[in-house]
Amino acid sequence: MIDLLVIPLIKIVIVLTGVLITVMYLVLLERKVQAWVQTRLGPMRVGPHGVLQPVADVLKLFVKEDITPVRADKSVFMLAPIIVLVPALVALAVIPFGDTVSIFGKPVPLYIADLNIGLLYVVAVASIGVYGIILAGWSSNSKYPLLGGLRSSAQLISYELAVTLTFVSVVLASGSLSMVDIITAQKTNGVWFAFVQPVALFIYTVAALAETNRAPFDLPEAEQELVAGFHTEYSGMRFALFFLAEYANMIVVSAIATTLFFGGWLRPFPNVTMLWFLDYVPSWMWFVVKTFLVLYLFLWIRATLPRYRYDQLMRIGWKLLIPLAIANIIVTAAVKVALSY
Amino acid sequence: MEPDVARPMFDTDELVINMGPQHPATHGVLRIVLKLDGEKVVDADVVIGYLHRGVEKLSENRDWTQIVLLTDRLDYVASAAANLAYVETVEKLLSLEVPRRARYIRTILAELQRLASHLVWLGSHAMDIGAVTVFLYCLRERELILDLFEEYCGARLTYNSMRIGGLPQDLPPNWDKKVLQFCDIQMEKLVDYETLLTHNRIWLERTRNIGVISAADAVAVGLCGPPLRGSGVPRDVRKDEPYAAYAEMEFDVPVGANGDTYDRYLVRLEEMRQSVRIIRQALGGLPEGPVMSKVPRLIKPPAGETYHANESPKGEIGFFIASDGKSTSPYRLRVRPPSFCNLQALPRLVRGHLVADVIALIGTIDIVLGEVDR
Amino acid sequence: MADTEHTDLASPKPAVASKVPKAPPPPPGPPDPAPPADVPVPDYIQALQSALPGAVTQVSYWVGDWTVIVATPRLLDVARHLRDTAGARFDYCSDVTAVDWLARAGERFDVVYCLYSTSLRMRVRMKTRVADGDSVPSVSGLWAAANWLEREAWDMFGIRFAGHPDLRRILMPDEWQGHPQRKDYPLEGPGELMLESPQDWLELRQSFKEAETE
Repeated sequence: MIDLLVIPLIKIVIVLTGVLITVMYLVLLERKVQAWVQTRLGPMRVGPHGVLQPVADVLKLFVKEDITPVRADKSVFMLAPIIVLVPALVALAVIPFGDTVSIFGKPVPLYIADLNIGLLYVVAVASIGVYGIILAGWSSNSKYPLLGGLRSSAQLISYELAVTLTFVSVVLASGSLSMVDIITAQKTNGVWFAFVQPVALFIYTVAALAETNRAPFDLPEAEQELVAGFHTEYSGMRFALFFLAEYANMIVVSAIATTLFFGGWLRPFPNVTMLWFLDYVPSWMWFVVKTFLVLYLFLWIRATLPRYRYDQLMRIGWKLLIPLAIANIIVTAAVKVALSY
Repeated sequence: MEPDVARPMFDTDELVINMGPQHPATHGVLRIVLKLDGEKVVDADVVIGYLHRGVEKLSENRDWTQIVLLTDRLDYVASAAANLAYVETVEKLLSLEVPRRARYIRTILAELQRLASHLVWLGSHAMDIGAVTVFLYCLRERELILDLFEEYCGARLTYNSMRIGGLPQDLPPNWDKKVLQFCDIQMEKLVDYETLLTHNRIWLERTRNIGVISAADAVAVGLCGPPLRGSGVPRDVRKDEPYAAYAEMEFDVPVGANGDTYDRYLVRLEEMRQSVRIIRQALGGLPEGPVMSKVPRLIKPPAGETYHANESPKGEIGFFIASDGKSTSPYRLRVRPPSFCNLQALPRLVRGHLVADVIALIGTIDIVLGEVDR
Repeated sequence: MADTEHTDLASPKPAVASKVPKAPPPPPGPPDPAPPADVPVPDYIQALQSALPGAVTQVSYWVGDWTVIVATPRLLDVARHLRDTAGARFDYCSDVTAVDWLARAGERFDVVYCLYSTSLRMRVRMKTRVADGDSVPSVSGLWAAANWLEREAWDMFGIRFAGHPDLRRILMPDEWQGHPQRKDYPLEGPGELMLESPQDWLELRQSFKEAETE
């Protein structure tokens, strides 16, 4: 009973709280990192070095007037941000945050659920988020959000294919769809899949940037562009939900990258006994550090690169990444067959 | 007289989008009405006049010396260039010889101004295309230039830095050393901007073959400055009709090959390097002497008209001034605005491109609405 | 209107009504002096005069600038000649503007064309005189640069350019009445010259807004 209900509930609460707080501070971190790259300081006033800025932002968004366009479809208008946010959070259910720890003598694994189709679950859940974007654009009942929403969702769907194909090659390398098994496979082989599947890592990084509407693929939501993003008509807390959803997506995507390519919660060189002192760092800390480094890469790229035009963006997704991913699968399969002889 | 009704451009079939006077990327109050076929731009109608302040009519009621203040506010990003063009036109009317030291200092100020203007251009152009960091880097260097100007004439943006017959004051002590230090810093930082942009695949995809205009078309449509030179026409007023101390300076005029946005970008970057070169030469050979020639207190050029042009950072800025010989204001003052003439080419550049390129093309022409609308 | 009272810049004195100098009488037209004897007329101008006899009514020279004054009906011929002839090649139209000589009887406006040759690196000005209400042939067919420049001359001075593809106001709002840079147009703006009541003005502007696109 406790195992079935209470412990997962506690884990869910911890994970959700942790992720939501991380999302808030990720926003601050993005502003700070961008600022430091641009030789300025970023938020400094609210709290020491701007540390309380997210609190101020949340308060501001709470008290902002909630404007719903008169001709908008009210129920869908209210539902759309939720449809975008929830799948991002639900995908966290299968991500292993750390090794099994023992609490009060009971071994407690640091994941909410170990589905044997974990990776498939992640892909399926992420796809639902696209509905929210289309619905947001459509329910705003305005030309530009509709076009922006369609563009955004077209971009997401195209790059989801590339992401899924990279997952296939990782599954070929690990032999299982379960996230926990993927980490175990990396431990057994003693080498991260980043080195086994470098092409898949490259494709995944590029596609993940496009999936989360991050630079250089953020044209659908850049202010300088003509056709505004799908969230134009949203204000206040609803807009905050979209914002949260984008950063939550970033975290999920980075967490998956960590799990699939960088060994998840494994310490570097997990099988080298000489480095036993690295075991003093708890496994979830390794996970957090690796995820943070991937997130930092996202922020760094945003500060550095210009933006692709929409047609160039779609061309890269369809004409470059998908063929490359397919070729990668074929090569991986061929190598696997060859090695089994 | 009844208002004009000519509506020559649009049917009502395709999608018509308005990039309103207020828009984050139009560099001022510019309005463009785009006629789209899907994402492709079929036609564009540029609507200006939102910043029209009647500078030309105001000048008919101002002293010859007071007009320098009005010229500050034309291209407010490059005030010294308009100042210089105006005072030189009046000096031409007066057949006045400016002391050599004043000409050298004017050259230095004009080239510093060119650097400042190109830095703003580079920053905002890159930011419109997405590379936000370049904007901050460029403004950091521009701050140094503004500090230099502030030390010289007391203002950061609208300088009022030239007078008919010379300059209002001589250089402050150690100013030339500071300028040389700045030149060194600028040359280092130019390498940074190039690293971020020039060979960046995304930048190349966003700027190559965008807004191509041939040399013949560019000359016919009246482009001037870097857009004209980017199309391969080696026209620079500093070389063709030298003014200030440019006849004594050694510098190259960069010329592009294809006439696309990337070439215009390269031309302006190279112009920045050449500006540093000119500044160093001018400082090295700065002659001694007065900075102001003997000018009557009340300036009254003899009756006559003239047209004189300078090479401002945006292009050929010219003043056509008609004096009636008796009153203390010009009879007619006409500003030939480079941004206005360049903006005329925008519909031609934009046709056939996608909506996202319109922003890049506005940036590449480098307009300042103060000059377009006067 | 025009403020002709002047304070000495070195020692400003308060304005005293009796000391206000009278404004000088408006000039009857530009001086357009002939070239002095020791400055030879350039070849291309002489070629122009011989190729199109009667088109050039006057050649003027002042502080190094050459100006040819052209009869309005022959403007296009002269322009074409200047653009296309080998020794002239004025392919770049720098500026098209107008000057309002209010005190000149007959032809009130001077339309000034500043031309430049990119290959031969020389400048010339072409001027034509036109009366109020008459039109000038448009050179936008010869130099596309003249398009907006002529629109501005129309907007500011009210000079019609015959054959211009798109002659409408460019700097002033579309429904503006009057031509601001004429000498008889007040500097402060039209005031009562505009519509009778602010309500009419608002309604007119509203009707234009509704006709505009989003």
